[in-house]
Amino acid sequence: MDHKRPILQLSHIGKTFEGGLKAIADLSLGIGEGEFVSLLGPSGCGKSTVLRMVAGLLQPTAGIVEWPGGRPELGFVFQEPTLMPWADALANVRLPLQLEHVRRDEADARAAQALARVGLAGFERAYPRALSGGMKMRVSIARAVAANPKLLLMDEPFAALDELTRQALNDDLLKLWAEDGLTVIFVTHSVFESTYLSSRIVVLTPRPGAIGADIAMPPPHGRDRGYRLSPEFADNARKVSDALRAAMERRP
Amino acid sequence: MNTLRLIVPVALGIAVIVAWEFLVRHFGVPKFVLPAPSLIAADFVQEFPKLMAATWTTLRIVALAFALALVSGVAGAVLFSQSRIAELAFYPYAVILQVTPVVAIAPLIVLWVGYDHVERALLILAWIVAFFPILSGTTLGLKSADFNLIDLFRLYGASRWQILWRLRLPTALPYLLNAMKISGGLSLIGVIVAEFAAGTGSDTGLGWTIIESGNRLHIATMFAALAILSVLGIAIFFLLTGLEWLLLHRWHESAVTRER
Ligand SMILES: Nc1ncnc2c1ncn2[C@@H]1O[C@H](COP(=O)(O)OP(=O)(O)OP(=O)(O)O)[C@@H](O)[C@H]1O
Ligand SMILES: [Mg+2]
Repeated sequence: MDHKRPILQLSHIGKTFEGGLKAIADLSLGIGEGEFVSLLGPSGCGKSTVLRMVAGLLQPTAGIVEWPGGRPELGFVFQEPTLMPWADALANVRLPLQLEHVRRDEADARAAQALARVGLAGFERAYPRALSGGMKMRVSIARAVAANPKLLLMDEPFAALDELTRQALNDDLLKLWAEDGLTVIFVTHSVFESTYLSSRIVVLTPRPGAIGADIAMPPPHGRDRGYRLSPEFADNARKVSDALRAAMERRP
Repeated sequence: MNTLRLIVPVALGIAVIVAWEFLVRHFGVPKFVLPAPSLIAADFVQEFPKLMAATWTTLRIVALAFALALVSGVAGAVLFSQSRIAELAFYPYAVILQVTPVVAIAPLIVLWVGYDHVERALLILAWIVAFFPILSGTTLGLKSADFNLIDLFRLYGASRWQILWRLRLPTALPYLLNAMKISGGLSLIGVIVAEFAAGTGSDTGLGWTIIESGNRLHIATMFAALAILSVLGIAIFFLLTGLEWLLLHRWHESAVTRER
């Protein structure tokens, strides 16, 4: 559908853990610049494993991870907010910049700006303890985008949030994606969330994880509540749901 | 609620002292068995310079031993967190040092440092007692860093040093402060036990004062020294609890006072 420049190419990736568990087998996947790709699959099918291999936190036991345009700056958002409890919101968001030795005043300014972008202006001095679950996740997202990543990796970031907070964060995420020209790989096991967010949905089959379906979606620009309730959304969600079911039935 | 928390134990303390005074007088208990509180107070005033000198001697060694335990314990824990080999090699010996009763090692240590330097023997013995809680508490704390946070640091290319300084040490801080509370009390106990076992050399500390007064049946002085020891122990505990509050109250769960 779109002919974006490739940013990431996974070729015949496999991962067998010590102990012999084959989590991923022969997975090939190319991702183009500006795509919003959801990795969809049931629990335990290896979604996190793929994401961690892309981030370089885990080494594949087979195949290669390639970056055709050079390895871009990455951002990572975990399922839990994963904040440092001893640091206030600003210091948490500043962390990636500090680790990359950005000057302190510049790091502060960029961190404050990132917090403002996720709707947390005024909470710079708040400690994680004093923030709600949704606010903590916003801080976590602000931290991921503060260092201006080109590729954002998200591992079920909103799974622990209530439905309303989750929808609000979905919309904020789409805004960041559009404004920054981000590429996003978004792990989820929610059919509806992936349908709402993605320009492309990759369905993983379980044990060992491999690609079950690769579904193109209309580009997610300007999506809102109206889209959630539209017949078009329902059609797309059904398509995704069917693909997920088929993928699960194909298990050995 | 808070005033009650203060008033009730203080009232109990006063009641016990009054009853003690009354019973000792009423039954005519000899002062070399149990002196009346008034007698202990009088003795405290009379022996004040001697007691203060002894307090200073003991306290100096306690402070030094505690500082030494703190520095070496944290340094050891950092070493363990960086080198698995070092941990495998040294940890068992730290445990052996910990489980061997100090009283039993005291004569050996005194022999080694020489009878002219008994103070050094006290320092070493108290350090042995106070060192282990700091080492094991901090080691546990350094290992307790959130795995996802470690991954995040690695993602941004953090060095070992950055992970230690910005992640592991802050994670370990609550563990360290808790260990310090235990170890602070242990340094005091360690010095007193060491004084019992090794004497104090030229300067007399509180532990030796107690032994000496006991030998001379100056039980009132013994009680006065005991009272000073309790006050010291309490002061050390409150000081370290205050430090803990100061460093943790803004972020750590243990220091939260939930609003209701
Ligand atoms: N470090 C590890 N050592 C051994 N096995 C592992 C390890 N990490 C994951 N696995 C196994 O690999 C498989 C895939 O795990 P992974 O966490 O990638 O699944 P997932 O799709 O992210 O699941 P979920 O939706 O529950 O998060 C699981 O069977 C898991 O038990
Ligand atoms: Mg997972």
